[in-house]
Amino acid sequence: MSKEFEVVIGLEVHVELNTKTKIFCGCSTAFGGAPNTHTCPVCTGMPGSLPVLNKEVLHKAIAVGLATNCNITRNSKFDRKNYFYPDNPQNYQISQLYYPICRDGKVEIEVNGEKKFVRIHEIHMEEDAGKLVHDEWNENSYVDFNRSGVPLIEIVSEPDMRSADEVIAYLSKLRETIQYLGASDCKLNEGSMRADVNLSLREKGSEEFGTRTETKNLNSFTAIRHSIENEIARQSDLILAGEKVVQETRRWDDVKGYSYPMRSKEDAQDYRYFPDPDLVPIIVTDEMIDSIKAEEPEFRAEKKIRYKEEYDLPDYDIDQITAEKKMADILDEGVKLGGDPKKISNWLMGETMRLMKETSTDATDLKFSADNLVKLIKLNESKEINNAVAKEVFEKAVFSDNLDPEKYVADNGLSTKADAGELEAVVKKAIDANPKAVEDYKAGKKKAVGAIVGFVMKEMKGKCDPGTVNQMISSILD
Amino acid sequence: MSDIMKLTAVELGSKIAAGEISSVEATKASLDAIGNKDKKIHAFVTVDTEGAIKRAEEMDKLIAAAKAEGKTLSPLAGVPIAIKDNMNVSGMLTTCSSKILGNFVPTFTSTAVQNMIDAGVVIVGKTNMDEFAMGSTTETSYFGPTYNPYDLTRVPGGSSGGSAASVAADEVPMALGSDTGGSIRQPASFCGVTGIKPTYGRVSRYGLIAYGSSLDQIGPIAKDTRDCAAMLSVLASHDPKDSTSYEKSADNFMDALIPDVKGMKIGIPRDYFGEGLDEDVKTSVLAAAETLKSLGAEVEEFDLGMVEYAIPAYYIIACAEASSNLERFDGVKYGYRTAEFTDLHNMYKKTRSEGFGAEVKRRIMLGSFVLSSGYYDAYYVKALRVKNLIKQAFDKAFEKYDVILGPVAPTTALKCGESLSDPIKMYLGDIYTVSVNLAGLPGISTPCGYDKNGMPVGLQLLGQVFEEKKILRAAYAFESTFTRKSAEI
Amino acid sequence: MTITDETIEYVGILAKLELNDEEKEAAKKDMSEMLDYVNKLNELDVSGVEPMSHSFPITNVMREDEVTNGDDSENMLKNAPEKTENGYVVPKTFA
Ligand SMILES: [Mg+2]
Ligand SMILES: [Zn+2]
Repeated sequence: MSKEFEVVIGLEVHVELNTKTKIFCGCSTAFGGAPNTHTCPVCTGMPGSLPVLNKEVLHKAIAVGLATNCNITRNSKFDRKNYFYPDNPQNYQISQLYYPICRDGKVEIEVNGEKKFVRIHEIHMEEDAGKLVHDEWNENSYVDFNRSGVPLIEIVSEPDMRSADEVIAYLSKLRETIQYLGASDCKLNEGSMRADVNLSLREKGSEEFGTRTETKNLNSFTAIRHSIENEIARQSDLILAGEKVVQETRRWDDVKGYSYPMRSKEDAQDYRYFPDPDLVPIIVTDEMIDSIKAEEPEFRAEKKIRYKEEYDLPDYDIDQITAEKKMADILDEGVKLGGDPKKISNWLMGETMRLMKETSTDATDLKFSADNLVKLIKLNESKEINNAVAKEVFEKAVFSDNLDPEKYVADNGLSTKADAGELEAVVKKAIDANPKAVEDYKAGKKKAVGAIVGFVMKEMKGKCDPGTVNQMISSILD
Repeated sequence: MSDIMKLTAVELGSKIAAGEISSVEATKASLDAIGNKDKKIHAFVTVDTEGAIKRAEEMDKLIAAAKAEGKTLSPLAGVPIAIKDNMNVSGMLTTCSSKILGNFVPTFTSTAVQNMIDAGVVIVGKTNMDEFAMGSTTETSYFGPTYNPYDLTRVPGGSSGGSAASVAADEVPMALGSDTGGSIRQPASFCGVTGIKPTYGRVSRYGLIAYGSSLDQIGPIAKDTRDCAAMLSVLASHDPKDSTSYEKSADNFMDALIPDVKGMKIGIPRDYFGEGLDEDVKTSVLAAAETLKSLGAEVEEFDLGMVEYAIPAYYIIACAEASSNLERFDGVKYGYRTAEFTDLHNMYKKTRSEGFGAEVKRRIMLGSFVLSSGYYDAYYVKALRVKNLIKQAFDKAFEKYDVILGPVAPTTALKCGESLSDPIKMYLGDIYTVSVNLAGLPGISTPCGYDKNGMPVGLQLLGQVFEEKKILRAAYAFESTFTRKSAEI
Repeated sequence: MTITDETIEYVGILAKLELNDEEKEAAKKDMSEMLDYVNKLNELDVSGVEPMSHSFPITNVMREDEVTNGDDSENMLKNAPEKTENGYVVPKTFA
């Protein structure tokens, strides 16, 4: 019996919006607070507390909807999704079921040169849950409500994807779009973007869908790809063995490389959705949509065209830089500050990419400002620092906040112009110390000057420009 | 001392402002009255003797200072008040008369209570209620029932039974209640006092522990219409913390106290006077209509419609919302947690089964069922459609009438223990009150007579949304012709 | 409408209520009677009538995205039946 299967995948993608405050209360969404310090009666479900919608959440959700070609629901409502779990302080999540804010969108993806659309069923707004911390040494878990009430949008696709490659292309496209909008940093590893994979198999050519499973807890593209391969194998084994795929939610264990069912019999999965009486309907007007549209940023495709026309960068570089909004922002801002686009681009394509790769850093974690990069380039250009020092300074700057290269060079005495008198003395010392090289040089072996320059560089611990040193030596010896 | 407690809140407030009585004297008189009478009626869950006296002392200083500067404070400054135990008061035990919240001390004060505090009132304690406001007799309280000051063998009504009884017994001149399906108006009627259920959105629900969120409203309970108007003027405010709070809520309702109803159009729904209505109640209410007519109102009967569908629609909607609102009581963040359990879900189930009383469980079960998969459209959505029809029926009536007049409840206060055994019979007692909550209308209940047993009969006046002034005016006009009997206790 | 043991069991899982045998029998009876009673609504023709979740015309109530709350964790945790400095304590949710 040989069957050929087609894999059918739809995604539910949760994206944490980067608003300052939570969706229904004035608590900060900042990361890193001690447990339960970013909480209030609303986001801990205190009796008597009531939710009030954060305006920014609505605006960002609509912006994402417009950027993904959705229809915006003009009369939208919030619903309660009822289920008991300790990370869910009210034991209902405020979400949207009946009138989600966006519907019927699509995004274009490209895999191996082939383009296709993935349709979006809906985008809805909802609140995030708190965090459960598990203690290995006792029978307890602890609830931290700092993330409880952080705004999410859930983007539900149609089952339009047919491979892991398409899934990753779709997620990359969503991430790029949302990052360009400035609505979220979309980090899979930190959970600001989370993808649940709905996957089923059917015989090739069949129109009907098979029974699907939903896999959660996927924290990287690698995990997504791995879990998809794993689930395809698991389901096809079941089908080929004449067994049934059970419709269930499964949790991916990335370390062990397999998934397992998540629910117990105490979870009926009957969420009893109904309109939340504590929140009022949202009427989206033409003016709201127009003003959100007016604030739309330049998206990647538009940027690519402009970079070619205005900056005349190589296509490959343009593709790499625009793939990360953060890098494109640095380039644009740097140019605005008077920097040369090609030079900035070189730093991004060269040192930045190298360091990101070496330290597996996400572009969104880059700390340096365009301002500081432009300063660094100018310092280097004016020979105030040599290339080696420039790279050293940059390496520091990439990973720390607001490191001003001018100040850093001055503080650490890295400038080539630190002490002109000192340099002169060292040059003289170098000439005295290398009679053989001086002799060779005078005999016409111009290359011999390298040994003297090297001596100077070593003595000066790099705080000088080799070109300048070369000139100084030549002017003495010639 | 006891004379102080015969005064209305506004009378007491003006004497305090004039320096004739101090807030401390008034507060002590109230605390004494509670000390003497509450053993019999059990209107209070918590009495804050120390806090109340301290607050009264502060108020006396503030009042003296204001007087010296020639400033006027609120007419209620320095007057004692009782708060229904489902409204958060920071630092004060707030139980909803439930075991599950038996030790809950809120960290914030509800907006309605804060408005009263800002007006200078002195909180003497928290009043008993039906557990989570689910009931019409105050018998479902975990702390035991409240008794009617007019007859200790009878119920005070509910769910704001403690608040109504405390005012009727002259323990406090005024109290706050909440009304989800009649919970202010019906106990006010049973206890011979006046109570208002404001328009939905008029008074902030922030800090009110929710029963049915789309129906709940906080309102005043006091001895007369003027007190209620004074309290409503303080309670009504736009609260940014409550999304359902109306922007133009604030108003001075004292303006409406004109003892004149000339030209006012009053409609009497024929469907309110059918089967099940007690003869004495009917007689008193129709006599009140005659009085208003004699004062110049145009009174006529009409068919309102939809009356018999209000209770089924109400119980579906209220129980559905309640089943969700009460999910948060799970033994994790506050309140009761069962002593022994095997795992998380067992902890939830044991905590909630032990923490909630029978009536609350009954409503949570029903509410969970009508929202569950396969039944949502047949029950919940249908109830929402019927709610729309009920609202339309009222809108049509208010095109013609300024005020709708009728009874508050089919009977006067029942004997204790009479209604609990048959829930549907108990629910039927809400027939004249629940539709008002479904439609979001304001309603007032004010005494209009006494039955053959001497039990008070309430008159209910309903207005279109945000037309509290019309019902206040009609109630005030009627009241000027009526002598209220106090409870002899 | 007859309410079965299974329905009571199922609703108990949804509502996190565990009834003893006596309560179960009472719940079956109460719920059956109540559902029969509310079925009165079936007398009405409600086709074409909008379900009215909100009976008042308030819409678009929103707040500005500004942090207004500080750290109130100590107060929040005051009422917790079981807590540590890490937060609220619950039976282990994850093996
Ligand atoms: Mg969701
Ligand atoms: Zn909060």
